[in-house]
Amino acid sequence: MAWETVIGLEVHVQLATASKLFSGSSTRFGAEPNTQANIFDLALPGTLPVLNGEALRMAVRFGLAIGAEIGRTSVFDRKNYFYPDLPKGYQTSQLEFPVVGKGSLVIALEDGSTRTIGITRAHMEEDAGKSLHEEFTKETGIDLNRAGTPLLEIVSEPELRTAKEAVAYLKKLHSLILYLGISDGNMAQGSMRCDANVSVRQVGDTEFGTRTEIKNINSFRFVEKAITIEAQRQIEILEDGGRIIQETRLYDSDKNETRSMRSKEVANDYRYFREPDLLPVVIDEAFIEEIRASLPELPDVKALRFQSDYSLSEYDATVLAADRDTADFFEAVAKDCEDAKLSANWVMGDLQAALNKLEISITASTVSSAALAGLIKRIKDNTISSKIAKTVFEAMLNGEGTADEIIAAKGLKQVTDTGAIEKIIDSVLANSQAQVEQYRSGQEKVFGYFVGQVMKESRGKANPAQVNEILKRKLGN
Amino acid sequence: MLNQGLTEISRALTRGDYTSAELTAAYLERIEQHNSGLNAYITITGEQALSQANAADALRASGNAGPFTGVPLAHKDIFCTTGIRTSCGSRMLDNFIAPYNATVVEKFNQAGAVMLGKTNMDEFAMGSSNETSWYGPVRNPWNRELVPGGSSGGSAAAVAAHLCPAATATDTGGSIRQPASFCGLTGIKPTYGRVSRWGMIAFASSLDQAGVLTRSAEDAALMMNVMSGFDPKDSTSVELPVPDYLADIDKPLQGLRIGLPSQHFAEGLGKDVELQIRAALAEFEKMGATLKEISLDNSHLSVSAYYVIAPAEASANLSRYDGVRYGYRCNNPVDLEDLYKRSRAEGFGAEVKRRIMVGTYALSAGYYDAYYKKAQQIRRLIKEDFMRAFAEVDVIMGPTSPHTAFALGSKTKDPVKMYLEDIYTIAVNLAGLPGMSIPAGMVDGLPVGLQIVGRDFDETRLLNIAHRFQQATDWHTRTPGV
Repeated sequence: MAWETVIGLEVHVQLATASKLFSGSSTRFGAEPNTQANIFDLALPGTLPVLNGEALRMAVRFGLAIGAEIGRTSVFDRKNYFYPDLPKGYQTSQLEFPVVGKGSLVIALEDGSTRTIGITRAHMEEDAGKSLHEEFTKETGIDLNRAGTPLLEIVSEPELRTAKEAVAYLKKLHSLILYLGISDGNMAQGSMRCDANVSVRQVGDTEFGTRTEIKNINSFRFVEKAITIEAQRQIEILEDGGRIIQETRLYDSDKNETRSMRSKEVANDYRYFREPDLLPVVIDEAFIEEIRASLPELPDVKALRFQSDYSLSEYDATVLAADRDTADFFEAVAKDCEDAKLSANWVMGDLQAALNKLEISITASTVSSAALAGLIKRIKDNTISSKIAKTVFEAMLNGEGTADEIIAAKGLKQVTDTGAIEKIIDSVLANSQAQVEQYRSGQEKVFGYFVGQVMKESRGKANPAQVNEILKRKLGN
Repeated sequence: MLNQGLTEISRALTRGDYTSAELTAAYLERIEQHNSGLNAYITITGEQALSQANAADALRASGNAGPFTGVPLAHKDIFCTTGIRTSCGSRMLDNFIAPYNATVVEKFNQAGAVMLGKTNMDEFAMGSSNETSWYGPVRNPWNRELVPGGSSGGSAAAVAAHLCPAATATDTGGSIRQPASFCGLTGIKPTYGRVSRWGMIAFASSLDQAGVLTRSAEDAALMMNVMSGFDPKDSTSVELPVPDYLADIDKPLQGLRIGLPSQHFAEGLGKDVELQIRAALAEFEKMGATLKEISLDNSHLSVSAYYVIAPAEASANLSRYDGVRYGYRCNNPVDLEDLYKRSRAEGFGAEVKRRIMVGTYALSAGYYDAYYKKAQQIRRLIKEDFMRAFAEVDVIMGPTSPHTAFALGSKTKDPVKMYLEDIYTIAVNLAGLPGMSIPAGMVDGLPVGLQIVGRDFDETRLLNIAHRFQQATDWHTRTPGV
């Protein structure tokens, strides 16, 4: 039997506003417990919510970026449940009239194809506080710093079919929110959290199977593992003739398994009703147009432009465009050195590897875009070979100066004088009679040995193309 | 001087007849004498009042006094006051001291008013007789065996018994107008959104509105001038300029079109009350007004709709009282659920619990459409009834209550009977309109109230009408003579 997994994701994105969704408290992460909770966040009697206009603008930015209908009149509702980290006893959210309606996101798959994934809606809501169980015995600590932090809940259609697609969708979403500047997207700190609705069915079925919801998965890797393991669990149950129970499950990354949450926690009747303390949010055309005009060039459009302006492959263009800072860096390098392909290779290759190793972002790179362009220019004009360029790049990372300074200081300028190269080759061949015999008797692999020797003699500075050409000529005769 | 209203006090202070400190001390002495018998105040803030009075006198001496400088008043204990307990009439908040002032309180403080204390009220403003207070029932100064009305019963009794010249109050379904009627006072519930709700403890957010209980329309106008206006801290307050409510208060009523809803003069209205109301209406005709019978077709649905919507909102508004952060907490909870259950079971009184349960039920899956949604539809119909009526008339008048003040304990066993107390007042809250009650007659030595309902934000006209009536009659000057 061939099974197909059906996945829909609910992603909570913490909006990067300075203050909370309905109060003036700071949203800064990591402060001492309860130092960022004012009288409204503590739900003292008589206090009232006032909508943070910046959160609304960010939500609309997102809506426009996914081509969604913007709710001209969006309405807040109360979602009622008791929990100590929910001070009001209800969460203010949006049920029937969300700020963002239907939109879509294009995801790139590993085989190079793309898929368009529908987004059902996105709505604003406030986050809860945190219950702290570890630090206390027989008691629970409550930290309300996070209570009231603005979230945008983004709900996808059940159109994802593999765990890898789900990750691709999440990564695309992540890239987009960073582009838009509406969240820091930090998954480890909970700025982006994911709930996955997972069901399985046989290929060809048109009905969906019974789904389970995996709550609060906090990394790309865990999303892939959790969905994979949950789909497997469901398939095993069904193949054994069992039935899937619709429920909420938790992913345990240590054991790589999903577990049922107590049914009590799930069986909530939230008794949604309109939030009477807030008026409906009415958005007019001018507001939308003003935000539309302020949108940056988005990754999809940028990738297309990179292909046409710089003749990059679709893959290179997509990878570079996925991160706004990387894209900006690449463009600066390419414009400066006038070689887009080399620029792309260096930014995606050596530079990215170095940044990963140093665990710093491209904006904190010690090698500036101008410096990298300076290096590439020396490759282009044959001052150095690509191999020597790596040595120069290492030195640049260490802060030893510009490419030109390092080349001069270390005497790395490439030897392109044919006569000089011929001299070295003659000397190498004279000292390698046995290998010359081997080569001439048909063992062409030995050719690499000669190249190596020549490069060694020249301390890497001989122009490799010239070395090849001269060697071939001399050995051929 | 304790018989003077706000307007007279303001003038007397300006003239220097007496100081604010003298007046305040006199009021505090009277409160000392009579409050225990009436139970009108929950908290008396004598020390603070005297220091406010002294500050006001100093301000006046320096020539910087406004009309409210040094004028004493009382606040319903639903308005949060910095450093002074705000109980909302509940055991749940018996230990609650807010670190902030309600906007209404803040505005009166800024105007230089002196706060004498916090007045008693039905628990969380849920009641029509002031019998649900954790601090015990308030007694009607006209007859101590009777209720003062509710939920602003403490404010009403205090003003009627001259334990303060005026008091703030709130009205969710009639909580200003009905006590005004029972205690022979002028009460105004402004248009929803006219006065900030910030710092006013919520019962039903879409219906709650702050107003005042005074001895005259002129006094009410004086207070409205201070407390009205947009508040950026209350998103439901309305950004409209505040007129000077005293400016047009003397305008003649010639040509005024008064609508009389047939439903408010039907079965259930006491005959003797109706006679008094008809007499008052005749008074308006004498002043050049015309009377026209109108119909508020859906008014019979208002109490039912209200008792779905208000409890539904209350069920959520009161969820914050969970024993976790402030307020009443049960002794030795064994776990979270026990903490919730016992803190709320012990902290709330019976009527509050009844409404939380009704509201929770009305919002529950499977019942939402039948109750909450239906009630919201009725609410819209009720508003439309009023809009239609206001196309033909300028104001609507009728009795505030079907009868005069009733006996303590006579309706506490039957919640539905108690809910029907607000039969003429509740639709006004559902429609968000401004409403007043003014003294308009007496039956068996007890005051009768006339309700006046206006268009949205037409408080100016209501106050003008009430004032002209009070120029022509003396019902508002009758006092219980405590």
